[in-house]
Amino acid sequence: MTLLAVNGLRKHFPLKKGLLGRGGGTVHAVDDISFDLTEGETLGVVGESGCGKSTTARLLVRLIEPDEGQIKLEGRAVGTAMPLAEARSKMQMVFQDSFASLNPRLTVEDSIAFGPVVHGLPRPRARERARGLLARVGLEPARFANRYPHELSGGQRQRVNIARALALQPRIVILDEAVSALDKSIEAQVLNLLLDLKAEFKLTYIFISHDLNVVRYMSDRVMVMYLGKIAEIGPSESVFAGTHHPYTRALFAAMPSMDPDRRTQQPPLIGDPPNPINPPPGCRFKGRCAHAEDICGRGDIALTTAGAAHRVACLIAQPGSGHSSAPARAA
Amino acid sequence: MTEAFISIDELNVRFSRAGQTIHAVNGVSFALAPGEVLGVLGESGSGKSVTLRAMLRILPSHRSTVTGAIRIADRNVLALRGAELEDYRGGTVSMIFQEPMLAFDPVFTIGQQIAESVRRHLRVDDRAARARALEMLERVQIPSAKRRLDAYPHEMSGGMRQRAMIALALACKPKLLLADEPTTALDATVQIQILLLLRELQRESGMSVIFVTHDVGVAIEVADRLAVMYAGRIVETGSVREVIRSASHPYTQGLLSSTVRGELRGQRIEAIPGSPPDLAALPPGCAFAPRCKHAGDACLREAPVAVEIGGGHAARCILLKT
Repeated sequence: MTLLAVNGLRKHFPLKKGLLGRGGGTVHAVDDISFDLTEGETLGVVGESGCGKSTTARLLVRLIEPDEGQIKLEGRAVGTAMPLAEARSKMQMVFQDSFASLNPRLTVEDSIAFGPVVHGLPRPRARERARGLLARVGLEPARFANRYPHELSGGQRQRVNIARALALQPRIVILDEAVSALDKSIEAQVLNLLLDLKAEFKLTYIFISHDLNVVRYMSDRVMVMYLGKIAEIGPSESVFAGTHHPYTRALFAAMPSMDPDRRTQQPPLIGDPPNPINPPPGCRFKGRCAHAEDICGRGDIALTTAGAAHRVACLIAQPGSGHSSAPARAA
Repeated sequence: MTEAFISIDELNVRFSRAGQTIHAVNGVSFALAPGEVLGVLGESGSGKSVTLRAMLRILPSHRSTVTGAIRIADRNVLALRGAELEDYRGGTVSMIFQEPMLAFDPVFTIGQQIAESVRRHLRVDDRAARARALEMLERVQIPSAKRRLDAYPHEMSGGMRQRAMIALALACKPKLLLADEPTTALDATVQIQILLLLRELQRESGMSVIFVTHDVGVAIEVADRLAVMYAGRIVETGSVREVIRSASHPYTQGLLSSTVRGELRGQRIEAIPGSPPDLAALPPGCAFAPRCKHAGDACLREAPVAVEIGGGHAARCILLKT
């Protein structure tokens, strides 16, 4: 069942003019993004800095207002048919910076109980729920409930943030680089915890990360973003086969090999990702793409089907697109 | 190993903070040959960055105590004073950091900063120093290098700044480069470019490199040898191949098995339980014992010594004693 449907989501940030009237461009942070989220799945979102993955997450929970586009949760349009408060209680978020996302003046128990109290749960019951969740995320309530965020390690604080996200009994949890700041041994613990919680509370995850290994490990489906656009979206195995979009291929080739006898010899891409201010028309990857042709600069590139539930925004994957490597149009 | 160009012997670093003593580095010893690349692998608080800072002598002297011996190119590093120390820093040994914004002065251009260091160490005039700066920017593959000489650090992207910092560090031809997580803040496609560039520059100049990272994959890409650190000690060392293929210390084994690999989807990750010890209150025995599934009473009594496994591969674990 489709739990969340995102249609034509767009967010542009105008830049302030500089001292001499320079600048004044527009950051195309998220540009016409559409995707569905099926109940019970984990959708991984990957991409480099500036690709719009975090902006997308913030747009979904309306931490920022979209310029355009519609979000439907459980079939009801968020903001109209479904009030914002209800949507937010069903869609919770965990951020990368575990310290900045907790109030330093609240004990962890109060932080976790805060949301339920705001949403009308009597305080004693909210406290009870907070303690139950603390135990569930592996922090013994008797030892941890009355501690302040600075008295916890990074891994423990991230467990608190996860408990707080679950306190409103959401259906969707958006994890925005939630394990990226943790040490490897702690990251593994938290990933195991996330998988357990997902099964126990029947959650649906949007898992945002720059770490392809972690995304592949966690996700049923993967969405690859580049400069505010979806480059490719599809089932994990089929995206990670890396055969469809040239950017996805480069991203995978940039992963360290993990084998001392097969070190990387050639960088798959040259230069830095361009910044998303006033991007040129056409395919946004064309400046770094080895297969770019003139036709890639003409007009927007639509997502086209490239297999079961797999869509790719590349002319090479589009039969009859006019790109020299594209297959001929089927008769 | 024929000649030990760098030798560290029983290095200890203590910080005093609010009446507590933090035992950041505890008896670290290693040697490095000219042209060798040592990868130092460890998590936060393992003492890897502090070891580098002690080697460059940039720890705050009023709050830290450094004991032991550091010898680099026949010099007793801990005894260097005044002009000798200034020659050593940036001349013999250079360092690159995770955040280049903090390594550059925001009010001078990239070219001015590289040229200043070249003038000081190579004793050349302005023109030659600027020429050297340009040569270095071109060498680290900064596009339109000539124009970039006059750019301020904030005018460059993260990847470009990292390249500029490498140019600054290598402009005076140091014999040893200390690299402290220089690619951690970069995007994947940029990280691999910087790693390949560093490897190329190292081969070309024959300098030694100590590369500190928390990322096993990055260490494998750059290093000849690995040293795995935990709670201020080197717990395992050996060639990259040996350490990765036949990890002998339970911590190294745990670190490798808890490094997520995509193909393991559907299986549970074998995580190391618990968290690293408090460096202000280290246990008397093996610091990893409280998290180790093999730990016995003997592990808690005294810190284990390094056991030679063969071919320069050694680990500090009592279980390896025969």
